[in-house]
Amino acid sequence: MNTILSQYKTTAINDVNVWFKAGAVSDFFENGGGCIKYKGKQIAVFNFSRTKQWFACQNVCPHKMEMVLSRGMLGDDKGVPKVACPLHKKTFSLETGENLNGDLDAIATYPVKIEAENVYIGFSE
Amino acid sequence: MKTIIVVGNGMVGYKFCEKFVVQSKSKDFKIVVFGEEPRPAYDRVHLSEFFENQDAKALEMAPAEWYKENNIDLIVDERVSEINRKSKVITTAKDREFSYDYLVLATGSSAFVPPIKGVEKEGVFVYRTIEDLEGMLSYAAKLKAKNPNARAAVLGGGLLGLEAGKAVMDMGLEPHIVEFASKLMPRQLDSRSSSVLQLKLESIGLNIHLNKATNQILGDDSIIGMEFGEDDILDVEMLVVSAGIRPRDELGKVSGLEMGVRGGIVVNNKMQTSDPTIFAIGEVALYNQMIYGLVAPGYDMADVAVNQIIGNTEKLMPAEIDMSTKLKLIGVDVASFGEPFMPASKGHSVIFENKTQHLYKRINVSLDGKSLLGGILVGDASDYNMLHQVFLNGMPIPEDAAQLILPATEGGAFGSALDLPDEAQICSCENVSKGQICGAIKDGSCEDLAGVISLTKASTSCGGCKPMVTDLVNETLKSLGKTVKNVICEHFDYSRQELYGIIKAKKLTSYNEVLDSCGSGHGCETCKPLVSSIFASLYNVTPNKEDVTQDTNDKFLANIQRNGTYSVVPRIAGGEITPEGLIVLGKIGAKYNLYTKITGGARIDFFGAQLNDLPAIWKELIDNGFESGHAYGKSLRTVKSCVGSTWCRYGLDESVSFAIELENRYKGLRSPHKIKGGVSGCIRECAEARGKDFGIIAVEGGWNLYVGGNGGATPRHAQLLAEQIDNETVIKYLDRYLMYYIQTAAPLMRTAAWLDKLEGGIEQLKKVVIDDSLSIVEDLEKEMQFLVDAYECEWKQAIENEETKKRFQHFVNSDDRDDNLVFVPLRDQKMPEHWKN
Repeated sequence: MNTILSQYKTTAINDVNVWFKAGAVSDFFENGGGCIKYKGKQIAVFNFSRTKQWFACQNVCPHKMEMVLSRGMLGDDKGVPKVACPLHKKTFSLETGENLNGDLDAIATYPVKIEAENVYIGFSE
Repeated sequence: MKTIIVVGNGMVGYKFCEKFVVQSKSKDFKIVVFGEEPRPAYDRVHLSEFFENQDAKALEMAPAEWYKENNIDLIVDERVSEINRKSKVITTAKDREFSYDYLVLATGSSAFVPPIKGVEKEGVFVYRTIEDLEGMLSYAAKLKAKNPNARAAVLGGGLLGLEAGKAVMDMGLEPHIVEFASKLMPRQLDSRSSSVLQLKLESIGLNIHLNKATNQILGDDSIIGMEFGEDDILDVEMLVVSAGIRPRDELGKVSGLEMGVRGGIVVNNKMQTSDPTIFAIGEVALYNQMIYGLVAPGYDMADVAVNQIIGNTEKLMPAEIDMSTKLKLIGVDVASFGEPFMPASKGHSVIFENKTQHLYKRINVSLDGKSLLGGILVGDASDYNMLHQVFLNGMPIPEDAAQLILPATEGGAFGSALDLPDEAQICSCENVSKGQICGAIKDGSCEDLAGVISLTKASTSCGGCKPMVTDLVNETLKSLGKTVKNVICEHFDYSRQELYGIIKAKKLTSYNEVLDSCGSGHGCETCKPLVSSIFASLYNVTPNKEDVTQDTNDKFLANIQRNGTYSVVPRIAGGEITPEGLIVLGKIGAKYNLYTKITGGARIDFFGAQLNDLPAIWKELIDNGFESGHAYGKSLRTVKSCVGSTWCRYGLDESVSFAIELENRYKGLRSPHKIKGGVSGCIRECAEARGKDFGIIAVEGGWNLYVGGNGGATPRHAQLLAEQIDNETVIKYLDRYLMYYIQTAAPLMRTAAWLDKLEGGIEQLKKVVIDDSLSIVEDLEKEMQFLVDAYECEWKQAIENEETKKRFQHFVNSDDRDDNLVFVPLRDQKMPEHWKN
């Protein structure tokens, strides 16, 4: 199980070596999420169009290790953008990955950029 | 270490223990409690509730563990039979001996059975203990099996007798009350109020016989009637004697304590008997030449005894004891306070009587018209708490005293509860003052009503003061500038009901519109589904319209399971399905390799469907005539039914046909929480309809409609809303009830909890739904009909729309499935592997 988690490491924008094209902006529902596949990894991508922001994080919820976060609901906790896991409503900051309503491990987050109506996720490798 | 032996584990004996253990000096004492009954102390005041739930535990003052935790030895089922005062030792009926330093007699009282010829016959009961009730219940069941119209009488038209009358009525027997005096409740009510009460009770089915002296009980072994005069006979097959109480003072007699002429152990204002190491409290104690048969003075006596033993000797029983009472008898408010009957020489009475509404109010005012001396309320005792406080605290009354009882005037005659003096006693059972209640909020020890109640115990005994405690807490919070309401979350400063009204009035239709016009921030997992549910309840839009604000189950129109796969439940209305239908379901289950199970709601559930497969599975179901079962929604689930009169030899009506009609009417209806229904074809109740949010049972002459039932964590029997009504009326009432619930309930609140919270409970619901007291039923029916007409199968919508189908891809950038899923075999089917953390 830790082998799953060990695949996901928070990537700062300075460490990005690969900008992977995840799809067109229109492939992602407004104020919703979608999951993309990159080198065997599952990455949740969120189109937080209400605040015109994009976020990406691991799709696996560290609580029960299921690949579900992309199906979660978006929102904010006192201004911090967050996603709520659909299984048990564990919430995570989309900025830092921190578990906002418990003491689970933080989730890995990845930078997102939009160019020419396409969505790119940044990975170190 | 000194030993206190408490003899008697009733309400007052328990209260002694409770008040003792919170004293800091209690560590220096060991308490041993003896109870004659087989269980720990229970709430005898609410004994008649035992008929509703037959749950003895629910009546317990405290569970057996409480005694252990507080280092009290509780010995039940063992009567104390002797006291040796010289050696300070008691002996029990099991011949065991225990020595004491202090002895507290809290043996209470027993039912008084007058020496009437034949009173020993089978079928004659007293109304005092849970065992008495159990005996009555099983006897009544036997009677009813032989004769569904069996009759039972209660001897005694006092307070307890009327309670017993309700018990008898609840058992389904025809109830008769037989009273020796010329009026009901002769001790508390004057003749006029008594006749108002009598009218009201007769209107709900009690038969009342006054001025009846019973000569003998008729019958060979079992009772078959009561004889009053030569030709004056009442045929009854059961009799409950409730003719008063007698103190259980045997121990006082055998040990030579000073006794009253007509019984009772004499005590002084320290609650001491003639032996200073022996105390007597509650209904065994004769204080001021009186036995006090109310719980509040009993609790005060317990408090005095505790303080005397611990050494706070200045705590004494007051010379004057307030005998004011307020109670609900068979749903009728009855209260009396101060001096209810007053001779004309002492003051004037102001009387308001309205027999058409079964209302009576009387207040007695001093000759100078300046103070309130007492009064009686029947039918509506909502002013009792304030009147009682005005009386107790000698507060000034309006020049025209009639304002105190006349139907409400602008602003009311009382003003705010905060105007009471701090020392005003609000909860007389637990002796809690206004100052303590408001102080708990002001000094920051509590933040809300629940906190205040748990700290002060106010309103935890009889509950009569609860409205006043609530007012005080809310008013105090308000005076401190704190808001009292339950808001949805950080994004909306409203309750669900308020937001419902706003969305409806402004005709808002998207989540962002709602957030922008009356919320703040960007929403969350609490307010998004809530707003979506309000949209659905108002407009019957399906989750397909705005899927990103739906809870995951609504978003994917299926129930998410442990490993992130989904389960699929097609509607099988009323549980009726053809063999061909079953074959289709079987084939679909096999094709997609789904774990298959029959649900508690009598339909079929397919588990383990991957996101990608959902549209294909639905398409096959729809092509074969099935539709969504809404098992994933906070919406109508199933209307369960027994087979009913089409096949059953006992059935009185077609329960399956009606269940299918109802399920199809309310399918897709979104609500604050899930809704389940049941229809049974006869009183055997095979559909378990009374455990549902609405339950319908066929009886002679129509259907009985029950509402607010629940299984789950807090099982609750549904309560009777209407009797013997036809199909059309059932639907009319259901439309109104469900719509009213949908509009007013808090989020995720089932109907049972909602009905509990509804001020006035089932009676208030009857007024709204049946009598249209709020003049809203026409709107409720219209709104429901709109929702019914707007129904669409959301699975069908989802598979017909290409854009919507994108939602069911696991990956945006690949057609692959989630390869993280692992299933293991289970009894010829499969299940997800166990979670590892």
